[in-house]
This record gives sequence, C-alpha cells and structure tokens, in this order.
Amino acid sequence: MNGSMKMSRREFLKGGAIAGGSLIIGMYLPLSHFSAALATPETSFSPNAFIRIDTDETVTIIVTKSEMGQGVYTSLPMIIAEELECDWKSIRVESAPVAPVFNSPVFGAQLTGGSTSIRTEWERLAKAGAIGREMLIAAAARTWNVVPETCHAENGRVINSNGKSLSYGDLVKTAATMTPPRDAPVKSPDAYKLIGKPAHRLDGLAKANGSAQFGLDVNLPGMLTAVISRSPVFGGKIISFNSTKAKAVPGVTDVVQITSGVAVIATGFWEALKGREALEISWSEGEWADLNTPALVKEYATLSATQGLIARKDGDPGKEIEKAAKRLNAEYQLPYLAHATLEPNNCVVDLKAESCDVWIGTQYQTECRNTAARISGVKPETINIHTTFLGGGFGRRATPLPHLVDALEVAKAVKLPIKLVLTREDDMQAGYYRPQWYDRLSAGLDESGNLIAWRHTIVGQSIATGTPFEAMMIKDGVDRSSVEGAQDIPYSIPNILVDLHSPKKGVPVFFWRSVGHSHTAFVVESFLDEAARAAGKDPFEFRRALLADKPRHRGVLELAAQKAGWGTPLAAGRGRGIAVHESFGSFVAQVAEVSVASSGEVRVHRVICAVDCGRIVNPDIIRAQMESGIVFGLSAALHGKITLKAGRVEQSNYQNYPVIRMDEMPEIEVHIVPSTENPGGCGEPGVPPIAPAVVNAICAATGARIRSLPIQPESILSEIKK
Amino acid sequence: MIDLVVNGKKYSLDVSPDTPLLWVIRDKLHLSGTKYGCGLGICGACTVHIDGIAQHSCQMQVKDAAGKEITTIEGIPEDHSVKVAWQEEDVSQCGWCQPGQIMAAVSLLKTKPQPGDSDIDSKMTGNICRCGTYQRIRRAIHKASKMTGEGVKK
Ligand code: FES
Ligand code: FES
Repeated sequence: MNGSMKMSRREFLKGGAIAGGSLIIGMYLPLSHFSAALATPETSFSPNAFIRIDTDETVTIIVTKSEMGQGVYTSLPMIIAEELECDWKSIRVESAPVAPVFNSPVFGAQLTGGSTSIRTEWERLAKAGAIGREMLIAAAARTWNVVPETCHAENGRVINSNGKSLSYGDLVKTAATMTPPRDAPVKSPDAYKLIGKPAHRLDGLAKANGSAQFGLDVNLPGMLTAVISRSPVFGGKIISFNSTKAKAVPGVTDVVQITSGVAVIATGFWEALKGREALEISWSEGEWADLNTPALVKEYATLSATQGLIARKDGDPGKEIEKAAKRLNAEYQLPYLAHATLEPNNCVVDLKAESCDVWIGTQYQTECRNTAARISGVKPETINIHTTFLGGGFGRRATPLPHLVDALEVAKAVKLPIKLVLTREDDMQAGYYRPQWYDRLSAGLDESGNLIAWRHTIVGQSIATGTPFEAMMIKDGVDRSSVEGAQDIPYSIPNILVDLHSPKKGVPVFFWRSVGHSHTAFVVESFLDEAARAAGKDPFEFRRALLADKPRHRGVLELAAQKAGWGTPLAAGRGRGIAVHESFGSFVAQVAEVSVASSGEVRVHRVICAVDCGRIVNPDIIRAQMESGIVFGLSAALHGKITLKAGRVEQSNYQNYPVIRMDEMPEIEVHIVPSTENPGGCGEPGVPPIAPAVVNAICAATGARIRSLPIQPESILSEIKK
Repeated sequence: MIDLVVNGKKYSLDVSPDTPLLWVIRDKLHLSGTKYGCGLGICGACTVHIDGIAQHSCQMQVKDAAGKEITTIEGIPEDHSVKVAWQEEDVSQCGWCQPGQIMAAVSLLKTKPQPGDSDIDSKMTGNICRCGTYQRIRRAIHKASKMTGEGVKK
C-alpha cells in the first residue's frame, strides 16, 4: 500500500498501472462535472458531489472516507470549509454512497486505508470548496446586480463592498440555477483560518452521548439476528448437522446452512447465541488441521536460512560480511496478530426482490457493493451501501468481508432483514491477521565501526495473494507489503541484500495497522541498535550519521532525542531506546523510557514522539493518531499474539489476547515538525517505531536483547543471566 | 414478564429471565449507546449504572436488574461535566468504548469527586479502549472533576 504512494506526483496524475483510469479522469475533470451523487431537494444547493447547502444554513459535507477514529469526519470537512468560507458550526457530515466520483485515486475504488485520506483528498476537496464559494459569490452578485469582484465570502455570508450581505442559505435558490465554473482559485496557506489549527472533532458529541450509529446499532422493523457456526479450522467443511435442539430454543426462528457454516437466526443476539450452543455439527477439518505455531516457527526458521526472491541488492553483502572486521547475526520472530477492534464485525442486510440495502462499518465500500451484487443477484445500481461509524478499523474492515457474504446468504434464505453479528470470539478466531514473520539478519562492521554490509531474509505469508490488491502489490513475486520498510531501509550502507520467502498457509492474513511496517520497523530498528552497540557507538548518534542524506528522518530523530533529553541521566533502573521509521509518507521517531522489574515485567513510563507528516490539517488529530498508534503498537509489543494448535486459534477474547489498559498507559508527548512538504499519512505511521524503541530501551536498561515479540518477562530474565 | 426501569422509564418485557441485561437494553429497548465488546465482563463497553453503581450489563441477568434503577449513557444529561469534558478534550476516536468509559467515569467521580491518577488507574482499568485514548480519558476526568469542583457543572 505504501509503495503505491511513492509515485511521483506526475505519475500519480498520469495514472499508471496502479491507479485505475477512471479515478484519474476524476482528478482531471473539473469539479463542476462531479454532479451531485444524491438527488438533492429543492431547498438545497450542491455545487458538486461533496457539498450540499440548505436554505436553513446547514452545510452538509459528504465524506467518502470511513470514520474509524482517525478523524476524517473532522479533518476532511475542514479542508472544504476553509475554501467554502462557511460557518464551521453549520457543518454536518454525511457518509458518501458508492459512486465513481468517491473513489480513491490510489486504489481505484472507494476504500479507506494506507493512511491516504488527507493525501489523496486535500486537493480535490479544496477545489470543491472553492468552486462552491465562487458560485455563492456569483449568486450574490447577480442578486445585487454588481460584479463578483466587489464581493467576498466570509463565515457563511457573501458581503458586498457597499456593506450589503446575504447568508448562504439565502443564496441557495439562485446558486442552484447557476453552472459551476470549471475551476476556482484556492487559498494560499498564509490565508488559512481553519487548516493548521486544532478544531474539536465534529463527531465528539454523538460519540459522548451514545447516539453515533455503528453497524451493530442498526435496527430495522422485522429484522432478525444471525450468528454463524464456522469451522474450528480454517477451510473446514460441514459433514452434517442437526438443528433440532437449536430450533427448540425460544426466539430461534430458523437454522440454515450457508457456505461458511450454519446460521442460527433468532429474534435477538442472545437467542441466536443460545441456539448456536445447541447446534450439533460435524466438520471435515481439511488440510490445515495440523497447523501448530511451534512447528510453523521452525519451518520458517529453516526457510530463512535459504535465499528467497530478491527485493533489493546493492553491492555484495555476502562477500563484505565475510571479510568484515566484526560480524553480527540475529534471528527475529513476530506472531500473527488480530485487530481486535472493540466493535466486533457485523452488518445489516435488507434484501428485496429488486434492491438491496446494506449497513456496514466498512473501509471498502466498492467491494461491499460488488459482493452484494454477486451474492444477491440484484443490479449494482439498486444496491445502497450505508457506511456507519466503524468501531475501530485498523485494516480489519478493509478485508474481503466474509461476514457480508454470510449475511447476504442468510437474507436470501429467510427473506427478512438480517443483522449478522460476530461474537468477540468469532471475530478473534475468524482470521484476517497480521502475518507471522521470521527474519534472519547479518551485518558487517569495519575496523572503525562503520556499517558496511546488511543482509535481511524475510519469511511470511503474502497478504495480497488472491485479493483484489494482488496486481497492485505483487511485483516479480515479491509482495511489496512484505518488504516495505526493510527493502527501503533509509540508512546509507554500501552493501544490502533483502530477500523474501512467501510460504502459503491456510491462515487468512491481511492489512493490519501499518501493514508491513509493523514487522519491518521492529526488525530493522532493533538490529540496527545491535549494530550500534557492537560498534561501541551511541544508538542515536549511530543512526544520525547513517542518515546524513535523509533530512526528514534526521529531523524527527533529532527532535525526539532532544525532547526526551537523550544522553541526560535517568532514574536508576530506567533505560531509553530510540527508533525512527518512515511509512505512508510520514516520518516518525520515538524515544521510549522503560524499566524492568525483578520479575522481568516491563513498564513503559514515557514515550516521546516526533512526527513529520508534511503540511497538516488538524494538529490535534495528528497528536491523537500518534497516541493511538503508540498504544496499538505497544499492545502488540507487550501482549499481542495469535497462536495455533491443531489448526485452531488459541486466543478468543481480551483475557487471552490482552491489550494495553489504563494502568499500563505511558505518558505520551507528541511533537509535530513544521513542514511545507506534501501531506503524509497519520493513522498508521505512529505504530512502527514503538516496539523497537521499547526493546532498545530494555537493552539500555538491562543489557537484554529481545528478538521475539511479544516481549516475554522470562526471556528478559534469561537474557540478563547470559 | 419482567419489569424494568431504565432512565426513569418503565418497561414490561417478555424476555427469558437469564438474558443478559446488555442484550435486553440493546435488542429489546433499542438503546444502542450501551455497547458490546467482550461479553465476559472484561472490556467495560457495556457499563451501565444499577442504582447508581457502575456495572457490566453483559454480566447481569435481566431478572436481577428488575426493580432496580438502571441508567444508560442516554440517561446522563447532555450538559453533564463528564460528557462536556470528553468533548473538550477530544477523547473519542472510533467511539465504541466511550459510552462505557463515560459511565465508569461518572460513577468514579460520584464516589471520588477529586480522583488522583491512581484512583483513575484502578477504576478505569476495567475499560478497554482499543484506539488508545487513555491519556485523554485521564485528562477529561481531571477536567470534569475541576468543573464540578468549581461549581461550573454537575
Ligand atoms: S461487553 Fe460487558 S464487559 Fe465487555
Ligand atoms: S475510542 Fe475506539 S475503542 Fe475507544
């Protein structure tokens, strides 16, 4: 995903293999041709698909991106409001329907992911706002019979130089009769009133009073709830089942077999669950019934000793390591991880003979509509995807949507509106994990401790194989998301080899917040720390020297170090660790301050984070996303693992897949580097540096080098003993 | 039939007495502000007040809630200091955990009007936020406490 964002702006506009043609046309088309995607009532004016202004002064912004906590229902409207010159308090947000105009220019589909929202939407939303503003000014000028140049827009009104003014609501009727201009000038940054300053979240009230509607909250008249009994092993098939007892449970209305298993349908969730408990099913478990995590780790370890497909080769690292003054070897491993969004996956389907309405907290609307058309047989034009709020996304809700398939199949069978619910256990065991990884590295240092050669072999499943992203992400057999952050290691090292094995396993894997970077940053930044220590150099200075031609990496590295007081004495028992990583067009460095108890228990006290994400819209949302990414990454570093035994996922709920809670929360400080560079992403780049920063801090505090996640107190203790 | 009082309103419901209160609130009363996260009493998303005390509604059978005063997020006044502080500190991200967090925080402030960080740790640790908003939750609780202390809000 990240790779695709590395296109230059020219390639981006040209479209290439990555971006589908239609969206690029979208980028070229004047916004006036973005006709409103929804029928608009007579009391409103829509200059384009993104804006609707009503006579009651309400300005509705139609947001194509899914709100999953990252703040797009605030930051994207800010971009429009800045140009539209409307009253910020008059803004309302609506989720976009599925239409080509709402496609992401990067994915060629309506999809929220890859930390792309601000990056791909800024320009066209600014234009959309500017065109709306110019039309309102023209409408006022016509009303007053003056030239538009004598008018300007401000805070929801058009004002004439003679002092007269009209509100946007007053201008709706006239503006609606006018032809949108092909283009309109956007502001220069020094004229910004909203952009660059903190604004409160527009969804803050709805989320504080419980009125925000998520998928699980949708309720339709006559709706029934379905839960599915799925194979305990990935890919297993039903041999037979007996539904007599399940059907006898009060509230259960139906039991039907669908492709993924057996659906129990009832008047409510609890009744459906009771019914499922009474089901008797025998399964044929299939080819993955013997998957066991320890064996898988071993298999990957063996594979890592052989060379895979080459992702990058500079010089001859094999030879250079051989003759280096000092050699380092290490093996790293990371487990499968679940997203564990706090709202488990669900959706509501209302399937009629000639139409289909779907309410779903999705990151991937286009695929929802395609899936609904495929399963229901209803024409795509009559399918409405209603994007609700998402109770967490992290990539989980961009997955190929098996629960939507389930819901559609059930709705087809029972011919009533259906709410399909995954229990927490279903959600955690149904798959779509961050892949398990095994990495083998070696490096060579010369007599003065300079890093002269680097070898990195990566083993893990490809997340793109067999998905709609395959053509976009896999080049010459190398899934770029498997090597991102490793193949483009920023340090200047003359000899580099990065290669990849992508074994095929039945475990469903997919995007997990920060994708390949959650893995590669840990490995690269840990091993680089090992190299610094082996060279007898300060880990911060060692990095700094190797980043001489990477000013943005250096910028965040230095800022984080300075704010953290790098080099100053710490309380006894504490250690500091540093890591820096680029992902999704942004640069983040973090310094973690930790201590290790005599039990081996790790406590992260403080995290100092510096981020350079280019030009910014809302600094407070950036801070919030860094905080969020750090906590997410810390949960993985300290606790997260999905393991398999006899093909079964061993974790089921938050008691055995723990996440950070209030009592483990470190103090986090975020510093934003002022920048005029193109905007970078924010939802994901906060995640990658935290695990290596913590592990490097543990090493600083105790001398123990942790090479396997999650960090186990026992391994710290046994490393200390060595 | 089971008689319930939720947010001051009386309901008479024909439900199985062992149904968790959570699913009665969500599926029968359609008060969807109370959330489901784990069903095991370990995430706090389903927190409501029973006779003023914060409880996990997924762990209470509806028959045990009969006759008690039940308050859900919808029953907390819109101008309550905690709801206001939550917005001022921009606590919410995805928002799924937040009704539960707010119910826990309201109950904490009732028993400890000026909580210290360790009070917040011990009370709020039962509530998971997968989006990691803990730092802001802490700030918002201090802020709400201050607002009430200064007599600005209830
Ligand atoms: S749903 Fe009740 S505590 Fe998690
Ligand atoms: S705001 Fe998303 S779980 Fe707390």
